[in-house]
Amino acid sequence: MAITREDVLHVAGLARLEIPEGEMDAVREQLGAILEAVGKVAELDLADVEPTSHPLDLVNSWAEDEPRPSLSQKDALLNAPDPSDGSFRVPAVGG
Amino acid sequence: MSANGWEPVVGLEIHVQLKTRTKMFCRCENVWGEEPNTRTCPVCLAHPGTLPVPNRTAVEWTLKLGVALGCEIAPRALFHRKNYFYPDLPKGYQISQYDVPLASEGRFVVPGPDGDREIGIVRAHLEEDAAKTVHVGGTAGRIHGAEHSLVDFNRGGTPLVEIVTQPDIRSGEEARRFLQLLRQTVVELGISDAEMEKGSLRCDANVSVRKAGEGGFRTKTELKNMNSFKFVADGIAAEVERQVGVYESGGEVVQQTLHFDPARGTIAPLRSKEEAHDYRYFPEPDLVPVEPSAEQVAAARESVGELPGARIRRLEQELDFDLAYGLVTSGRDELFARVPGDRRAVANVLMNQLAAAGTDPAAVNGEELGKLIAARERIPRQAFLDALAASGNGDFRADRYLAEETVSDAAALDPVIDRILAANAEQVEAYRGGKAGLLGFFVGQVMKETQGKADARAVNERLREKLGN
Repeated sequence: MAITREDVLHVAGLARLEIPEGEMDAVREQLGAILEAVGKVAELDLADVEPTSHPLDLVNSWAEDEPRPSLSQKDALLNAPDPSDGSFRVPAVGG
Repeated sequence: MSANGWEPVVGLEIHVQLKTRTKMFCRCENVWGEEPNTRTCPVCLAHPGTLPVPNRTAVEWTLKLGVALGCEIAPRALFHRKNYFYPDLPKGYQISQYDVPLASEGRFVVPGPDGDREIGIVRAHLEEDAAKTVHVGGTAGRIHGAEHSLVDFNRGGTPLVEIVTQPDIRSGEEARRFLQLLRQTVVELGISDAEMEKGSLRCDANVSVRKAGEGGFRTKTELKNMNSFKFVADGIAAEVERQVGVYESGGEVVQQTLHFDPARGTIAPLRSKEEAHDYRYFPEPDLVPVEPSAEQVAAARESVGELPGARIRRLEQELDFDLAYGLVTSGRDELFARVPGDRRAVANVLMNQLAAAGTDPAAVNGEELGKLIAARERIPRQAFLDALAASGNGDFRADRYLAEETVSDAAALDPVIDRILAANAEQVEAYRGGKAGLLGFFVGQVMKETQGKADARAVNERLREKLGN
């Protein structure tokens, strides 16, 4: 499956990545190779096989609805580069 | 049906925050109105290496809601990742459900003045809410022109059920009724506060129009930000009118997301979070499938009582549609059933004076309230209102209030009336000059003077006589 330049730009845009023009061909080839390898699966007849969403043979792994302590506001904001008013301050969004 | 044979086609997307004690995938407290970022942990802040653990109660409550919406419950459901970048979503994806939601293919009956409408339910799925973002700087309260955004992750990870309807709704008014009935349903199930002004119930609408009898659908727009029942009705009506105008002037409706401005009744385009809506869903590898047990499904079925829509239909037999609808959607029909007496009189008092008194219907002794309502014409108005305000107290007895007498004796009323007419000569002149509406003003003054003990009918009579007509 051939990956086009437009495919790379689209995926990079969604991932908020900038692909330097000089690396475009290399990225395109690598993505193509990955898809080709995964595409091998398509050679098998899988009409009656359920898709695997998870490798473990487990269901209903959940917890009871009982609160546990949260972080303090100070600790929660330790990784915030620009905290303000007890909140994570970020550049304006949505405008 | 709209003007000139245009038919509105509306589908709703509704989000309901569940009021579980903890969040969807971590055990931080799920509370509203606390100091920002005081209910977070490494899971809901998306620190590397953390893993989500689903809230069992949230899953079971979604089953309840699925049953109430007449849905099929999935024997096996999956969580998916919905990928997009936004500061309110620290993982870079929202854990949601995609092709195998917990509940799907339901129907919800919405009674109206002209009969029942059955609205198809596409799905009800469970996901996590995003964090709350406050935009600061720029024009206050508006997204456009904001300089910064402040993110509070207390809300991030709150269990959220998304309900999607079929495009079966035919007016803004019908959308409002659907939403009010859905709200009453989730409140009665005890799974959500569902308060639109607090954002625990949110509604978006997909709106298009078509010519009556036309097959298929035309281009739809998505209306966002309608945070009251009235705005839902008004917003959809305004958008329908706009689209009809576009077609009738020879134009084409463009697919876009719109924001309804309730203050001006206008609609403006809103830039979407992810322009392409390319969310690249894939199964959440950190979570195993959910397979509701037969016991869990049975428990969900048992927990769902007679739905609000059915109760409206039942009450409509003895009242009228509006009263029946009002009683049920305000949660007062349970008390209504407990209060003996003239049905219409009881319903009116419950919807008007008792509601105004702010009394909790669940706390009221129905028998005592019945006595009070039966005597309402006989006792002073103020005593009646005082009694209603007190009727939610555990030891409330009607007798004390029933003993109070109204003053209807002309000999007692006349001095008061004379005094008021003398003190308001200007209004008396205006009344005699034709402003008949001022009679209410005089009645009010007399009531005030007599602390509400005057008999309204007698006061009216005496006033008319003295004012000379």
